[in-house]
Amino acid sequence: MIDKNIKKVLLLGSGALKIGEAGEFDYSGSQALKALKEEGIETVLINPNIATVQTSEGVADQIYFLPVTPYFVEKVIEKERPQGILLAFGGQTALNCGVSLYKEGVLEKYGVQVLGTPVQAIIDTEDRDLFVRKLDEIDVKTIKSQACETIEEARAAAVDLGYPVIIRAAYALGGLGSGFCDNEGELNKLAEKAFSFSPQVLVEKSLKGWKEIEYEVVRDRFDNCITVCNMENFDPLGIHTGESIVIAPSQTLTNSEYHKLRALSIKIIRHIGIVGECNVQYAFDPESEDYRVIEVNARLSRSSALASKATGYPLAFVAAKLGLGYGLFDLKNSVTRTTSAFFEPALDYVVCKIPRWDLGKFRGVDRELGSSMKSVGEVMAIGRTFEEAIQKGLRMIGQGMHGFVENKELEIDNVDAALREPTDKRIFVISKAMKQGYTIDQIHDLTKIDKWFLQKLHNIIVTSQELRACKSINVLDNALLRKAKVQGFTDFQVARAVGLENEMDIDDAIMVIRNRRKSAGIVPVVKQIDTLAAEYPAQTNYLYLTYSGVANDVDYKHDKRSIVVLGSGAYRIGSSVEFDWCGVQALNTIRKEGFRSVMINYNPETVSTDYDMCDRLYFDELTFERVLDILEMENPHGVIVSTGGQIPNNLAMRLDEQHVPILGTTAKSIDNAEDREKFSAMLNRIGVDQPEWSALTNMEDVNAFIDKVGFPVLVRPSYVLSGAAMNVCSNQEELERFLKLAANVSQKHPVVISKFLLNAKEVEMDAVARNGEIIAYAISEHIEFAGVHSGDATIQFPAQKLYVETVRRIKRISGEIARELKISGPFNIQFLARDNDIKVIECNLRASRSFPFVSKVLKINLIELATKVMLGLPVEKPNKSLFDFDYVGIKASQFSFNRLQKADPVLGVDMASTGEVGCLGDDSSCALLKAMLSVGHRIPEKNILLSTGGAKQKAEMLDAAKQLKDKGYNLYATGGTSKYLTENGIENTRVFWPSEDGTPQALDLLHGREIDMVVNIPKDLSAGELTNGYKIRRAAVDLNIPLITNSRLASAFIHAFCQMKPEELAIKSWAEYK
Amino acid sequence: MRNVTLILDDGSRFHGKSFGYEKPVAGEVVFNTAMTGYPESLTDPSYAGQLMALTYPLVGNYGVPSFTMEENGLATFMESGKIHASAIIVSDYSMEYSHWNAKESLADWLKREQVPGITGIDTRELTKVLREHGVMMGKIVFDDEPDNVPTANYCGVNFVDMVSCKEVIRYNEGAAKKVVLVDCGVKHNIIRCLINRGVEVIRVPWNYDFNKMEFDGLFLANGPGDPDTCEAAVVNIRTFLANPRVRPCMGICMGNQLLSKAAGAKIYKLKYGHRSHNQPVRKVGTNQCFITSQNHGYAVDNDTLGADWEPLYVNMNDGSNEGIRHKTNPWFSAQFHPEACSGPVDTEFLFDDFVKLL
Repeated sequence: MIDKNIKKVLLLGSGALKIGEAGEFDYSGSQALKALKEEGIETVLINPNIATVQTSEGVADQIYFLPVTPYFVEKVIEKERPQGILLAFGGQTALNCGVSLYKEGVLEKYGVQVLGTPVQAIIDTEDRDLFVRKLDEIDVKTIKSQACETIEEARAAAVDLGYPVIIRAAYALGGLGSGFCDNEGELNKLAEKAFSFSPQVLVEKSLKGWKEIEYEVVRDRFDNCITVCNMENFDPLGIHTGESIVIAPSQTLTNSEYHKLRALSIKIIRHIGIVGECNVQYAFDPESEDYRVIEVNARLSRSSALASKATGYPLAFVAAKLGLGYGLFDLKNSVTRTTSAFFEPALDYVVCKIPRWDLGKFRGVDRELGSSMKSVGEVMAIGRTFEEAIQKGLRMIGQGMHGFVENKELEIDNVDAALREPTDKRIFVISKAMKQGYTIDQIHDLTKIDKWFLQKLHNIIVTSQELRACKSINVLDNALLRKAKVQGFTDFQVARAVGLENEMDIDDAIMVIRNRRKSAGIVPVVKQIDTLAAEYPAQTNYLYLTYSGVANDVDYKHDKRSIVVLGSGAYRIGSSVEFDWCGVQALNTIRKEGFRSVMINYNPETVSTDYDMCDRLYFDELTFERVLDILEMENPHGVIVSTGGQIPNNLAMRLDEQHVPILGTTAKSIDNAEDREKFSAMLNRIGVDQPEWSALTNMEDVNAFIDKVGFPVLVRPSYVLSGAAMNVCSNQEELERFLKLAANVSQKHPVVISKFLLNAKEVEMDAVARNGEIIAYAISEHIEFAGVHSGDATIQFPAQKLYVETVRRIKRISGEIARELKISGPFNIQFLARDNDIKVIECNLRASRSFPFVSKVLKINLIELATKVMLGLPVEKPNKSLFDFDYVGIKASQFSFNRLQKADPVLGVDMASTGEVGCLGDDSSCALLKAMLSVGHRIPEKNILLSTGGAKQKAEMLDAAKQLKDKGYNLYATGGTSKYLTENGIENTRVFWPSEDGTPQALDLLHGREIDMVVNIPKDLSAGELTNGYKIRRAAVDLNIPLITNSRLASAFIHAFCQMKPEELAIKSWAEYK
Repeated sequence: MRNVTLILDDGSRFHGKSFGYEKPVAGEVVFNTAMTGYPESLTDPSYAGQLMALTYPLVGNYGVPSFTMEENGLATFMESGKIHASAIIVSDYSMEYSHWNAKESLADWLKREQVPGITGIDTRELTKVLREHGVMMGKIVFDDEPDNVPTANYCGVNFVDMVSCKEVIRYNEGAAKKVVLVDCGVKHNIIRCLINRGVEVIRVPWNYDFNKMEFDGLFLANGPGDPDTCEAAVVNIRTFLANPRVRPCMGICMGNQLLSKAAGAKIYKLKYGHRSHNQPVRKVGTNQCFITSQNHGYAVDNDTLGADWEPLYVNMNDGSNEGIRHKTNPWFSAQFHPEACSGPVDTEFLFDDFVKLL
């Protein structure tokens, strides 16, 4: 049945996580590799994203940490000579790369066969004109759209179609460079941006207010088709589906509507000739059965990952098998293992996806949601009522909300406007509006959200009012309590609604409610996601909890063999795929050691929530209440809280109070490291230095402290009003502005101020200890000086430029801390080093973001080691000397500023990157070049624009500028920089800031596409400096011109590309670095 | 809402609340895993005598369309003239509905047609009980009227006779080709699928001897209950098959079972039947597979088919028969529902195949 000539297959990954292309492709690639492996096919993977599960040992046979670009992929093909290539599992990045290899004849040249959907079919779906023509052939309606190649054409098209119109850039991921225009002024602005991403821009009639419906469709080469799942957007058309709350299955479609769109999906997929999986998006009239096809994605997508998790149907796995030539009838349903893979899942629950935004991290960002994606992650909540699912989901996004109600009151000036113009907070605006007495009709008129959803939300409001009417727990009857739980209320929400918070500490109040409902027999039940709604018996481990049920689907053995790993929740800035990797490694180790591996997590983009990664998966909340519910049923041998980032770490103390057996480092030690006062006292006790700091509650004390330590200072408010959570302030004006804008300094909300060291190196220690003794460690070094968040910094491992003395001191201090805190398991310490003066900034008694990176460079799986320690198993101390390898790993950050309209793309102490890559090289320059190319930088052709900040940075950049000049680059520089360069004998052309008169204007050069790279380093964070620089930085991002804002990184990168050409980079797989 | 209890024959009890017509009721409890289509399912005559539990928990979301009749006597949006199921059992009834085409809520409709509906039931657990035990008789009892306990039978009852038309009805009269449709409880969409293809449909009662009539093809419709109670129809079909003038014949669901019986096969009761929109079937001897809508509790025993007959489709999950065909003559049938309504429409081409044969 399958093509036996295919013995080796190349799979393209999606690279760094970015807005629009995130963890879902780790999941789909991992499944595809698994499917190939099962067939005995040798696999080769190209993916620079070192933190992924797919780039772990044993997942693919050969792994290349290289950019997914035609040049590098061709090199790998030339070397590996695969017979087949898979393009559909690495998002738009892989698809675009594959199409270009096909068009350039590379695939033909090397005889590489595209498995699955043929490239022509991909082109037919990607090119808007071809797509519309293709669907016209079968009388399927598409959105009336005109492809334009100039801005004049776009204007004419808009007049022809009538405003409002939507603008899209062809061939762009996740709606990049697209948006709505109500008039010509808006069109001019948007079209220019769209043209910077694509030579073709599409102008379409806007269908704002229509329903948005998606189908996930599968077809084999025998023309058998199924739709695995359909989904309905809570938000009507106009908001990108990645920005929308999505419900599966659809809730407001009749049978006739559901099957009309289903039949159309099948008709489309057959006509286009997909082999594998695709996604069809519809606009659907809320007043008739009229529809338009919005788009077809001829690849695995974020929606398909969601559909996979929502139904239990392993879409990526099946798609890979179909690509090899199997028929759906050849494959079994991997959940029941007896029934066929040719079937359509029947759900007996409802699934709700909610995006996670991090807009608060960005200065100046536009918060309004639209047709371009801004969210950085998502959650999936499962319930047997809509109310239960959405309330779970609103907690899961982890933005301090307790559900739809009983939250801190939002302050909204104009509720009507906030309903009409959607932002990341709109669902909570709906809650507020309902409480203020807005009717469902009024809210519907303003939002166009289907009344059914609004009515369901209103049910929650009604229950909240009923609870509030109780005024005391004594008059709360069991029927109401059960109703609240069925609607997804937590004990916290109930406690707050009945006013228990006024009588006691909220943590105690939660336990009062918990005990009360348990005594009344109001407890959740565990249900399986079995793909067939219980029609056939299924041995599935895929579970969720609900109050809408009377019996468990699982029989618990109470054998104390379960080890529960708490997952990392929604991907967000600061916590993403790296913690999924850690969780998966922990699960693998637990399984290997003969325990039952149990995962709790709710992120549909992850591998840890894949159907066969653990023995039991609870796709549910990581709240204290829910984790305790699960642990009470599971009665485990122990719980691991140190591989899922901060969410599980924060639960440690409270779980410990409930006598939950936490494995590894004790909760008390975790608290001693987390609590600033306690940690500081400990450091003093063992004589370890730290930057001076103080927690202050009023401005006098703040000023007194600063008088003592001097500027600059790092300011961390404990209660954030808006904007960035922390900031460096260099003078009194900045300090006052920041505190006034961002923080509320009071007795209850102290602000932590610490001395900020300039020009200090930042060094990280990632390690595993056993009973306080370090058994393995990795010391890495930031390229940027301290001040750039460690998550944004470029990191080299092993450290290349540290004094031997510095390293020795760091090891000694780490050893002392490990001993003092009796660490057993993973931990991370961040240090500042200036000369040989070492200070500890932070210590986390859990795995850090850099664990996968250092583990893979080191080729020692630190999480496996840590898990064994936590399980109490004997481990041998690896004797491999850390400095004894002849290569370097560089971790570089991926930014998604192009998605975040108006945000200032400048780096600071708060993290802003959405992803990262890690590349290996025989030296630093080689690794850095690969890493920078992997995160979207390009080697500039000829013109470079420099504005290099303050005196210190200017000096730092001098060598680099010289090198550029020697290499024949033309340098353009703004006033101060130009003067400095000229004084130092470096020829350059002066350009003018937007605030200056004179030509050439920097912005004009950018808009004229004359600049290939921008180095713009802000002097400080003062307002004027930011405005001028901001315009340049933002223009660079909007026009897709590579931008660097840090002098140390800019120097390193310039040094690297002046020293060697990309063609000189060695094409070596991970295994070849020894 | 009044508290109710669903009591199964094995003693299992499920507590819920009444949202439909308030009367105790008894019947065969069956589960359906479809996620849409409650108006179509409730009016499907094949559910006669059954308490229909839906595994998809959220029901009532889009209300109920108007119960209007077209000029030709077919319902605009429904599958027959009334609700045939004895009751509907759901997990989370949606008190409010939202749809442009809805005229009333499911609750109001149930009350109007005097059919009970209960909500708050863990229909997944109920399904697991039925799956393990097989379908069972059950009753819905109002907790405040514990002595008002209804009784009912299912096996051996001739439900077909109750739901079949009582006299001959003609649709699309005067068309070139005439098809006799034996009404064992026909869904209106079968009739729509035929007349949309330009044929005249002569709908006859289930036990009517159509052999004396002038027609070009025979269509055997779906219907409720035990096919062994429909011997009269089988006799008529045998006569048709024995007629030297060979004319095309197609059957659906009960029609498949009756045609099989006429072909000598035996029928058996499935443990819990197929009631869903996602049943995979494969055309025997090919790589062609279809997702089908199904609603049946009985199946044809392949091994007992006459020598001139062969299985046409097979269920990919449990291997049961999904259709038969004659080895030489234009006679075939499907256990699934190519007319859908509710469910996927992927096999509607069978009507084209049939009409082409006329």
